[in-house]
Amino acid sequence: MTVCESPTRPRRAVLRDSLGVGIAVGVSGVAFGGTAVAGGLSVAQAGVLSLLAFTGASQFALVAAVAAGGNPLPGAVGALLLGSRNALYGLRVGPLLGLTRTRQRLAAAQFVIDETTAVTLAQPDRRSARLGFSATAATLFVLWNATTLAGAVGATALGDPSRYGLDVAGPACFLALLVPQLRGARERYWVAGVAVVLALATSPYLPSGVPILLATPAVPLVLLAGRRPDRGAPVAAQGSGEEVR
Amino acid sequence: MSHDLLVWLAILGMAAGCFGWKILGLSVPAGVLERPWVRRGAALLPVALLAALTAVQTLTTDSGQLTVDARLAGLAAAGVALLLRAPFLVVVGAAVAVTALLRLTGIA
Repeated sequence: MTVCESPTRPRRAVLRDSLGVGIAVGVSGVAFGGTAVAGGLSVAQAGVLSLLAFTGASQFALVAAVAAGGNPLPGAVGALLLGSRNALYGLRVGPLLGLTRTRQRLAAAQFVIDETTAVTLAQPDRRSARLGFSATAATLFVLWNATTLAGAVGATALGDPSRYGLDVAGPACFLALLVPQLRGARERYWVAGVAVVLALATSPYLPSGVPILLATPAVPLVLLAGRRPDRGAPVAAQGSGEEVR
Repeated sequence: MSHDLLVWLAILGMAAGCFGWKILGLSVPAGVLERPWVRRGAALLPVALLAALTAVQTLTTDSGQLTVDARLAGLAAAGVALLLRAPFLVVVGAAVAVTALLRLTGIA
């Protein structure tokens, strides 16, 4: 996809990548807005969440916790954990963008998410990286917030949301985010499987949101199991990074 | 404390925390979080959370009891759309449409 050794990429090519990603994902805010209102959030709450959190998966996770009733705070913790990957993105994106001042970091931080990271990492030089990051961020942020409001207002007008199947929009989004992450290593299937078992087994007995948190020990469990002597196993040979394969 | 206030607290707390993660990544010198086991664990954490969220939201009632209903068929439709490499919104749309259709016709 990248023009490997070329010193800079044409601005037009960078913008095409950026707009493509920004528009395709940005319009999904409709699904979020609809799900949020279906889950019991007000239009204002859905809007503020998109504006301030601006991390799709975490937003859906919080809405799920609110929808289940009870105390939403354990759900917020799960949603927050889901956002932890953005810290790793920042580690990689930061040097590419060459952000030296605190003010620059503060301005860029809100926009360090899956999509902007993907576009930025695909660029061969700093100028293209900066352009790709900014253009993707701007398109995505504007569209995501606009379509969140549209979805929230639309769902409010529709009445009882579960009649329209909106209660399945959240899990469908999670599945869409999960499937690409499963590729590459067998240990990921194990983590997913153990997490599902842990969460479903504890769900009847614990307040909503807590079973999701109880699924996280699946990670150390699988990593420890994979470390045991059978050296020939693909899990052991996989090493660290996602891109290694 | 009213439920609405709790929801606002959860929203603002999560938003602040999400921004915290993002600024942390841009501020910490590379190398601190680059250790192999940290990278690996951090890459696997979303897998565990997303899998758990998908399962719980598809297979449990509001009170947490296990159940199978129209949502599972909707999720299967989303899975098929994903296999066909459909765009994000089409995946979600397929799930919503199948679930709504099954409820409308009274099948599930």
